[in-house]
Amino acid sequence: MLKSLYINPEKCTGCLQCEMACSYELEQVFNPAHSRIKVFTFHDAGRFVPYTCTQCDEAWCLKACPVEAIVINAATGAKEILNDRCVGCKVCTISCPFGTVNYNSASGKVIKCDLCGGNPQCASACPTGAITYIDSDATGLERMRNWAEKINTQYAA
Amino acid sequence: MKHIIIGTGPAGVVAAETLRKRQPEADITLIGGEPEPPYSRMAIPYYLIGKVGEDGTHLRPAAQHFDHLKIHLLRQHVTRLDVATKTLSLDNQQSLSFDKLLLATGSYPTRPPIPGMDLAGVVNCWTLADARKIAAGANKGDEVVLMGAGFIGCIILEALALRGVKLTVVEMEDRMVPRMMDEKSGTLLKKWCEAKGVRVLTSTRVKGVSEEKIFAAPANSAPASSGGFFSRLFKPKPAVMAEAAPTPSGKLIVELDGQAPLKVDLVICATGVRPNIDLAKGILETKHGILVNERLQTSAADIYAAGDVAEGKDFSTGKYSVQAIQPTAVDHGALAAINMTGGHNALNRGTINMNVLDTMGLISSSFGLWQGIDGGESATLEDLNRYKYINLQFQDDYLVGANTLGMTQHIGVLRGLIQSRTRLGAWKQKLMHDPTRIMEAYLARNTG
Repeated sequence: MLKSLYINPEKCTGCLQCEMACSYELEQVFNPAHSRIKVFTFHDAGRFVPYTCTQCDEAWCLKACPVEAIVINAATGAKEILNDRCVGCKVCTISCPFGTVNYNSASGKVIKCDLCGGNPQCASACPTGAITYIDSDATGLERMRNWAEKINTQYAA
Repeated sequence: MKHIIIGTGPAGVVAAETLRKRQPEADITLIGGEPEPPYSRMAIPYYLIGKVGEDGTHLRPAAQHFDHLKIHLLRQHVTRLDVATKTLSLDNQQSLSFDKLLLATGSYPTRPPIPGMDLAGVVNCWTLADARKIAAGANKGDEVVLMGAGFIGCIILEALALRGVKLTVVEMEDRMVPRMMDEKSGTLLKKWCEAKGVRVLTSTRVKGVSEEKIFAAPANSAPASSGGFFSRLFKPKPAVMAEAAPTPSGKLIVELDGQAPLKVDLVICATGVRPNIDLAKGILETKHGILVNERLQTSAADIYAAGDVAEGKDFSTGKYSVQAIQPTAVDHGALAAINMTGGHNALNRGTINMNVLDTMGLISSSFGLWQGIDGGESATLEDLNRYKYINLQFQDDYLVGANTLGMTQHIGVLRGLIQSRTRLGAWKQKLMHDPTRIMEAYLARNTG
């Protein structure tokens, strides 16, 4: 059974532990700017929304890559960047309609959530249970997919 | 079932793979004219800066990828298409018959109709073979002229700068990437390049290129061939002739309008590309590209077209036009293959025109109707000193287009907002006030 990140914004307090944990896991520094998960703040509503890649089935990033540098991890279902293949062309960053693949000018490559190989550190670090890593069925993945379907342009046969 | 695909770019390769998935037993032939494994033109700038080797440009890195899929790769030029008999003629005098054909022949680079464009020192930047010529001919200290500051011109600027050449860019239009970026951002891009030591001449035309000729050295250093076997067979030319005829110095003279001519070692012509419709001309319906319907089908029932060569449906306008971009090529390739194999529900609902460009480290992007629409509204925010800029274009309360400059985070959401036709509601006013809050607008309107 594949697992997914389940994000419940109602429980988020905006502490940014997830961003710190992500940055440390993937870049070995505590710097939210390097995090693959991002907490958006809605001041007027007093609301925080953590947001990252949903590992969507459509995988626009993967399909748009001209050099096959984005592959699916068979164990986790994550779409992962192969750093030694990525040339840094950034086509995936405009193809992803969720805005969750980003260019890192320091490395000259793109970055995205890879579910930490099946042990996502953002979920481990979250003190309020706003981010959990649970069976895909329960995550509202369908809701995401339905939305994705709205802009789906292909493969519907 | 016998499928033939002409063109080994992304549209052709994705189509071949999709055909194989849907028809394990079909006969699939992928024909390409270039002497390399299928590769990505997108990767060429990164080959030129040495970030990847030639194999890093290959569309499919796995060895034997096409063999494993039983996709027959054929290196040939197709010279003729006969719709009635469903056959292709090849350069090697052979002919091939097909049940279904996909034309994924891409684009070819154009050169302006001015003198000297046929000289050896004038090269395109389109194929891997072109890239090798640039790599060989643009070295430290060389004077290079880049004709055209469009997408391709801009994306190779960094490679040329890193190679240490003395570079002048000549662009006809009043700014850089005029078909992708608005006036403000295209002008900022020019300023960025100039700050990095590149001379950029906008609103300037190249009138012609010629070889610089100089007079040969004086008579006493002349013909070493005054003896020898051949000189006895052929009547030697009078020495005076050799002295009088000027010989090429190896330099090129580039004539400009309104500017002093330039003396350079290499001219790179990146003035644009055109759909490669040669095979279809007079046989299938064509305009700028090959006309196709929502199934990527041409005017002949069993012949399809995809990618740069096809005039497919544009999401933003609902009209048919050529989008010479990677994501559209991939979408077209997959859709065409599904329709070639009896798919019923695979209609092209329209691809969105979009681009992302890295010009010496300054990243720009464009989405949809970035020029705006009649009766629409727009919001822009600029920080000229930090080379940051964003332009959003609205119709009612949804986003229809955008340009960004100096932004690398979450720009894909602009595509999401445009293509999902997300009603922005109250967020439209918030974006009018601060257009950088695109990610918040998306989250607020799409999550509970």
